[in-house]
Amino acid sequence: MIELKVNGSSHSVSADPDTPLLYVLRDDLQLNAARFGCGLGQCGSCTVLADGAPILSCVTPIMLLEGRQITTLEGLGSRDDPGPLQRAFIEEQAAQCGYCIPGMMMRAQALLQSNPHPTDAEIVAQLEPNLCRCGTHMRILRAVRRAATLLAGPSEPATGIPPTSNAGARIESPDSEADSQNDARRRPAHSDRRERPER
Amino acid sequence: MSRRAVIQGTGALIFTFSIERLAFPQDGGPAAGAGAPKLPGSLTRNPLLDAWIQVDADGKITAFTGKVELGQGIRTALLQIVAEELEVAFEQVSLVTADTSRTVDEGYTAGSHSVQDSGTALRNAAAQVREILISEGAHRLKVPADQLRAEAGAVIGPNAARITYAELVSPNLLHVEAQPVSRLKDPSLFKIMDRPVRRVDIPPKVTGGQAYVQDMRLPGMLHARVVRAPSYGARLLRLDTGPIEKMTGVVKVIRDGNFLAVVAYREFQAVKAMRAVAREARWEETAALPRQSSLHDQLLALPSQDQVILDLHDSAGQASKTLEATYTRPYLSHGSIGPSCAVAHLSDGIMTIWTHTQGVYPDRQAIAQMLQLPPEKVHCIHVEGSGCYGHNGADDAAADAALIASSMPDRPIRLQWMREQEHGWEPFGPAMIAKVKGSVDAAGRIVDWDYGVWSNTHATRPGPAGSLLAARYMEKSFPAAEPKPLPQPEGGGDRNSIPLYRLPKARVTHHFLPDMPVRVSALRSLGAHMNVFAIESFMDELALAAGSDPVAFRLAHLDDARARDVVNATADEFHWNARSEPTNGYGYGFAFARYKNLAAYCAVALQVRVDQLTGRTRVLRVAAAVDTGQVINPDGVRNQIEGGILQSLSWTLFESVSFDSQRITSIDWSTYPILRFSSVPESLTVRIIDRPGTPFLGCGEAATGPAAAALANAVANATGKRIRDMPLNAARVKAAIGV
Repeated sequence: MIELKVNGSSHSVSADPDTPLLYVLRDDLQLNAARFGCGLGQCGSCTVLADGAPILSCVTPIMLLEGRQITTLEGLGSRDDPGPLQRAFIEEQAAQCGYCIPGMMMRAQALLQSNPHPTDAEIVAQLEPNLCRCGTHMRILRAVRRAATLLAGPSEPATGIPPTSNAGARIESPDSEADSQNDARRRPAHSDRRERPER
Repeated sequence: MSRRAVIQGTGALIFTFSIERLAFPQDGGPAAGAGAPKLPGSLTRNPLLDAWIQVDADGKITAFTGKVELGQGIRTALLQIVAEELEVAFEQVSLVTADTSRTVDEGYTAGSHSVQDSGTALRNAAAQVREILISEGAHRLKVPADQLRAEAGAVIGPNAARITYAELVSPNLLHVEAQPVSRLKDPSLFKIMDRPVRRVDIPPKVTGGQAYVQDMRLPGMLHARVVRAPSYGARLLRLDTGPIEKMTGVVKVIRDGNFLAVVAYREFQAVKAMRAVAREARWEETAALPRQSSLHDQLLALPSQDQVILDLHDSAGQASKTLEATYTRPYLSHGSIGPSCAVAHLSDGIMTIWTHTQGVYPDRQAIAQMLQLPPEKVHCIHVEGSGCYGHNGADDAAADAALIASSMPDRPIRLQWMREQEHGWEPFGPAMIAKVKGSVDAAGRIVDWDYGVWSNTHATRPGPAGSLLAARYMEKSFPAAEPKPLPQPEGGGDRNSIPLYRLPKARVTHHFLPDMPVRVSALRSLGAHMNVFAIESFMDELALAAGSDPVAFRLAHLDDARARDVVNATADEFHWNARSEPTNGYGYGFAFARYKNLAAYCAVALQVRVDQLTGRTRVLRVAAAVDTGQVINPDGVRNQIEGGILQSLSWTLFESVSFDSQRITSIDWSTYPILRFSSVPESLTVRIIDRPGTPFLGCGEAATGPAAAALANAVANATGKRIRDMPLNAARVKAAIGV
């Protein structure tokens, strides 16, 4: 039996010591977020934190991880109480299929823990090992920038795509959305200009 | 007033049904009679309203679609449509996606059809259900229907009279056929459609919720892995399964002809057993793949079935300059980040398969044929997987899981492919060749155009069992189906091979190549990526020959007003006319297409910097405009266009499937590099042109062609060298600029 500390709890695991952490997280602990992408340490979908540093759980056997604090995306918040990074990804709608996103988020989390005010170049460098196939990169970068803002200050009003309305209530208009997108704290990377031709 | 009268807005004929409520709406309802006006969208596949929308006695509203969520946001968009037309809160509606026991057969989720087909069906069904409920309210309140309105899940009448849908609904109320014409809401009254509603699938995806078929864990579930042959068509010569069966945790080693699989209690035990089988198995390899260095010449030498799909002979001016060019594309991988996966369970004679297939019904047909079961004994349920971008390994994984589960009754089997299996065995996007010859007159007008495209099929999907790897390799194997070209106007290899431009004399020929040396099928946008790359590259070559600005040259040949608007909007968004002269490796490119010449219009402008020493191209800034008809979720449209552009830039800049004389050799991310964050543009903006009240056009694939051609045009602008072969990687650009 190997003792693993995951998201603050201890678990006795009966898997073989050479089993990569990913399979134990998914199959023994029933955690969904770390995902199998390549099993080769090439894509980053399986990224989790060990003592705050990103590791590729698909190629890291559990025998190397005894006594270390492992953090998965589930450790950053829940659907009912999402953490700042999770809120940022929801507010920026930073996913298409979403399969790669938890790995992206864990690498971002490692960066923001050690460097709360990263430059764009630092964010790009941090995420460089992780692959996204849907082409969601622009939104992922925006979400990480937003998360840095959320983590830095007291809670501020949410911008980005608003939550859905209650019955019959008018959802924020595209124009007010555009205003929020032009928030001066953020780069105007995302134009929401729309036009209605006369004809 | 009757329901039908309400829906049609005419007459007073009482319209009732007494037939039993169908247990399985997917088996198809009565078809519309001959000569009847066509029903909107997929209502033609099943006109019964309760096959699409059900209202429970407790007020819960369930919508049904035969389309599936692929990460494109369709679940949210369809919910918006239903909530809007039905006058209920977005949160009040739930959506059941493709399931062979619950939803209408809407074929594949492909071709940017989901909103046009299913969205149109659901919009009309919801509007008709709303009117039926109002009619029922009129009956109950004894008030004419025109004094009633629907609001927040209830029918509201004079003097604050209010009856909820739950109170109005009765068991067979919605078990009626849809009518051809619906009373659709005026777009100016939209509260939920045409709004950037947050996607319902994102919160679980970013908080560790169960989001994918990969996350399924059924009681008693076992883990399986397949062992694929080392190359196409290889035959298993020998395998001693004895030692593998003794490995820890191994439950079974399955050998069925040339199909091999292992089943274990734990997932990593299955992986280890798979590796052991791969080590022990001896194969006879017979594949003879083309030589990669002369791939396109070999494809051109294959027998072809030629079809002229455009032949124009109008009068035109005198040609003053004639150009000729050949463009090529290599095989491209779908490259899903998550390898394909399925869970299958044979219980009580029913094979249930949870799969991320794009088409539960065709997949069911193929798997039923493979297992020699009647289709009704096979139940396919869509559960989301990693993004697929076309026909990847999803259907094959479903078949693998089903074949394994068929020999292990009552044990749910979870089967996931390994990275090298997805990369090595998925059906690739076909390699293609386009040859163009065209002339401009002294005034810079195109006077003649001759275009030919050579391609394999872009459709080897299920139905037939022979489309599935497991069925091809099992003992009682099934042959591959005869490849067929997809017909115009949508086309396959010839998709978007007919330019939207005004061409007085023109011929377009589709050279369909039936022989497939490499396994191929549908990749996002099919032939449109290549054809728009070639056509829009050649438009720039002609513009250069005519001394015209690329945007002005396109506008001079475009009659379609919406096309012109998209071109102008993109040029404006990019500040095209304010761009500087190309210097020091900086350059600008523009391209346009209307996807399939019948879906969304999209144009892309971009700026690149080409490193003069390495040949590496960096895309700096991108602007696009899109007209996708009536918009449902503008942020969803934007996400699709952004993603389409970045994915196409990845294909066009970096990607090529590699192989030797027998085996696919691009089997992971080191041998098949794709776009990374360091190659992402500094800015990417998308302008949406609103067309309220016009038909949905579908935007999921609109950007791939224009993005590819805009890139090629920018590289040509930056370097003065035209590169006509994809990918435009650093080595190729470096060779072209001669540094």
